[in-house]
Amino acid sequence: MQKKINLPLQEADLIALKAGDRVLLSGVVYTARDAAHKRMIEQEKEGIPFPIDLSNQVIYYVGPTPAKPGKVIGSAGPTTSGRMDLYTPRLLEVGLKGMIGKGYRSEEVKKAMIKHKAVYFGAVGGAAALIARSIKSSEIVAYEDLGTEAIRKLTIEDFPVFVINDVHGGDIYKEGVALYKS
Amino acid sequence: MKMIHYEHIVEQVAEMCKKSNYNLGEDVYSAFKLALQTEQSEIGKEVITQLIENADIAKTEQVPMCQDTGTAVFIVEVGQDCHIVGGSLVQAINEGVKKGYGEGYLRNSIIYNPLNRKNTGDNTPAIVHLELVEGDSITIHMTAKGGGAENMSELKMLKPSDGIEGVKKYILSIVKEAGPNACPPLVVGVGIGGNFERCAYLAKKSLFRPLGIRHEDPVVAELEKELMTEINRLGIGPQGMGGSTTALDVKVEVESCHIAALPVAVNLNCHASRHQTISLN
Repeated sequence: MQKKINLPLQEADLIALKAGDRVLLSGVVYTARDAAHKRMIEQEKEGIPFPIDLSNQVIYYVGPTPAKPGKVIGSAGPTTSGRMDLYTPRLLEVGLKGMIGKGYRSEEVKKAMIKHKAVYFGAVGGAAALIARSIKSSEIVAYEDLGTEAIRKLTIEDFPVFVINDVHGGDIYKEGVALYKS
Repeated sequence: MKMIHYEHIVEQVAEMCKKSNYNLGEDVYSAFKLALQTEQSEIGKEVITQLIENADIAKTEQVPMCQDTGTAVFIVEVGQDCHIVGGSLVQAINEGVKKGYGEGYLRNSIIYNPLNRKNTGDNTPAIVHLELVEGDSITIHMTAKGGGAENMSELKMLKPSDGIEGVKKYILSIVKEAGPNACPPLVVGVGIGGNFERCAYLAKKSLFRPLGIRHEDPVVAELEKELMTEINRLGIGPQGMGGSTTALDVKVEVESCHIAALPVAVNLNCHASRHQTISLN
């Protein structure tokens, strides 16, 4: 069964989503991966605020390829989320409500997701040309010097994801594997 | 003596970089189609369906199938009777990578130094392995190797007493630990023997063999088949969300080693398994 959700995520959406759900997301998400996360957290320690307001927002872990002429964005599939784990609890603390990536999250991140009611979505790693079709606009909003790792504001439409970790502690990586192990 | 010109190598390498990133290999595409028939999980089927659609879009639009357009890794068989004119071979390969990644709108993912992490801006330097062979031609094998799967790869010096069971157990543990991170369904490359650095190279080299082609040594081929069955029983499935397709294929390369040693390297590859081969005569 496939759900359609308009961003930002509402409290009711967050509670209703269950690990394993197929979801089509529409609205605004921000891109950030390794270098942007590191800079946001390090600068915050020096008293410099985050360059974007993360409250109720969704971050997509992606470093797109350069856009071909006439295209909104290049290929843009998810990168491995675990590399952002060190920085994620702080972002959840300031109100981040969703993350899109691929791969395992740490126990600490999963606990923080339950505490702050946030959902982790998985997009299909390697389906970057397909995913790019659901990105309707892209604009660099911070850290332009980071190139592919800059923070971009994306407008997405029917962006295909699966719920990996829900706010109730559900985890499709654990539940799915248990079903098919033989 | 056969002359092979620097510029010719540059052009060919640039094309390989683009093609490997735009056009999913027929071997992998067929493996996807087969997996769609055999996969037991509905989520797994949906993932494979998206991957097939993605490959079609990438090929039609000539865009990268994945945003991680990889480290350009080359194994070059250089005939000892050929002569390269106009510049050095390694320089030509790097120039080709720079051209291919630039013209092809591919992502530059290489940094100067792992400690300061500044991007080189043209995806060079490539990783180039040279093998001197008989004859007067040059065969270039190229793979655009993604970072996600490479990060989950590992090497261990096992004890000879661990035997074949120990080797299998170790390989399974790496695939299990990688779970969703390495972008399953995987191609699992295994090196057994050699020494510390040779073993890792064997694992990488095994990934250049097309999917569906077994090792020519029947004993190694049997090991590949057994590993394939056992890996697919782990239940990891497409993208790690559960299913019966964890590996599209398993490749093993074996070489002689020291009486005290049993090195095993596992080089994981994502489902894209982008590889190209050309011969320059």
